[in-house]
Amino acid sequence: MLDKVVIANRGEIALRILRACRELGIKTVAAHSTADRNLKHVLLADESVCIGPPASRDSYLNMPAIISAAEVTDSVAIHPGYGFLSENADFAERVEKSGFTFIGPRAETIRLMGDKVSAIRAMKATGVPCVPGSDGPLGTEPDECFRIAREIGYPVIIKAAGGGGGRGMRVVHSEATLLHSINVTRAEAQAAFGNDEVYMEKFLEKPRHIEFQVLADHYGNVICLGERDCSMQRRHQKVIEEAPAPGLSAKQRRSMSERVAAACADIGYRSAGTLEFLYQDAEFYFIEMNTRIQVEHPITELITGIDLVKAQLRIAAGERLPWTQDEVQIRGHAIECRINAEDPQTFTPSPGPIKLWHAPGGPGIRVDSHLYTGYNVPPYYDSLVAKLVAYGEDRDAAIARMRNALGEIVIEGIKTNVPLHQEIFQHAAFRAGGTDIHYLERRLGLK
Amino acid sequence: MDIRKVKKLIELLEESGVSEIEIREGEESVRISRHASGVAPAVAAPAARHEVAITGAAPQEHGAAPAVQASTATGLGHASDKVVTAPMVGTFYAAPAPGSDAFVEVGSEVKAGDVLCIIEAMKMMNQIESDKAGKVVSVLVKNGDPVEFGQPLFVID
Repeated sequence: MLDKVVIANRGEIALRILRACRELGIKTVAAHSTADRNLKHVLLADESVCIGPPASRDSYLNMPAIISAAEVTDSVAIHPGYGFLSENADFAERVEKSGFTFIGPRAETIRLMGDKVSAIRAMKATGVPCVPGSDGPLGTEPDECFRIAREIGYPVIIKAAGGGGGRGMRVVHSEATLLHSINVTRAEAQAAFGNDEVYMEKFLEKPRHIEFQVLADHYGNVICLGERDCSMQRRHQKVIEEAPAPGLSAKQRRSMSERVAAACADIGYRSAGTLEFLYQDAEFYFIEMNTRIQVEHPITELITGIDLVKAQLRIAAGERLPWTQDEVQIRGHAIECRINAEDPQTFTPSPGPIKLWHAPGGPGIRVDSHLYTGYNVPPYYDSLVAKLVAYGEDRDAAIARMRNALGEIVIEGIKTNVPLHQEIFQHAAFRAGGTDIHYLERRLGLK
Repeated sequence: MDIRKVKKLIELLEESGVSEIEIREGEESVRISRHASGVAPAVAAPAARHEVAITGAAPQEHGAAPAVQASTATGLGHASDKVVTAPMVGTFYAAPAPGSDAFVEVGSEVKAGDVLCIIEAMKMMNQIESDKAGKVVSVLVKNGDPVEFGQPLFVID
């Protein structure tokens, strides 16, 4: 087993990683910015190293600082969490070159999946269904662009190859605005990602976002741990996630699980990963792969009984997966509410001191949060402060438990989106299940 | 010492105009100071079993006395503008090479731009220059110590 791990992240996921390390007897090093000295995991870690000032660019995105932290503490591995450098292939490469284990896939896999065009090509080659599209970057010839769009059929969406996660996209409803949209998306992509490559896909009007979780060891064993429905989104940010996806048949699940696991085996995938799909009219369309642990991983853990972060650590330590695909059982239903430090109506961030934190409890309630009474939520980072997760024997039971938990949770001193969650749980459409990715914005827009 | 007592002391400090409180109870004592740079870390936090700053000597054992955290080092009583802190994470070297004389010692006179030490990170030696002129009053780390960002290295007056 790994001797000592640097946790190169912050907030709730850093605490999650710390807990998994402690369960496995791994010593922990908390790499943190000056603004994060009082993070719960920093206070609990065996050692801590301040790696820079508050700005992410100078701390959590500072590759030399993080690798130096591993050096001075004689750590053996670095866990990048999610966001920050977790999907930075250069970082993964530098970590390994410096003699440390990067807890995640190989650098070349991260690179392959980080470029959305090459990711789609690779997945297509393994037989994973993809959105009808340009099958490659768009050239500069207008006639060619028109031809591709006509073949796909409007509406189409222009996406940045270097983007992902909802960034760098533009929908085009008719030929009249096609060229202009392509040019603007290119310019934005160049500015945001330093790469002006764009591609085109069919725009699905009412898709659901359904993603599949995989785990792979270093010996070619890959298993799929089922799917998650993350359709409840606002501005491409997930608000509520649930597993399994309502309405999916066992046959669909099995068929997709097999294809997804086979695809990952084909590309030599390692560690945890998620393949994201749009689902419409009973068809799945691959959009992108996340080569890291995800925010919503707890709901998969609850329905499968498999600890994904511990699995990542074990895989990185060279252990074989102890489960075959047949041994993965989906039981019950889990829902996660992302609690953000923000105004529930305007969504303006709301950092500041936590005057009182009281976590809900009871059967089937899990709270992943770094908050504690007296902690100061800093203004420099994203607003996720807690993940409230409810598990039940079926979807209705999970919903009932979540409603209780939302009524019990107390976060005083800052504003949070708990009221928004409570409202969504009243929506008849949510109770019925199967809402698409535009549902929440439409509902909020109506207010 | 009871963490609630310490918390009460901090509240007392914050509410009053007092800048420092020290309480002795038998063999235990606690000093809480107000710094210009901000309030000391909230004690409502889960009590850390051992806040080990990496300036400690090798293997950290459970139950070892808490080492000095970088943020409390200004409790040495020096104004923060006289303290030169580490701009990066790495290993501190006092001299340009093993065996040679240290760049500076207590008593050395330095100008802005003079090299004070080396911090090694990822096999690269980075020369750390002084941003102030004056006399080196104290050297706060030892040759070979790991240092973190913001860790006080020298006091120059």
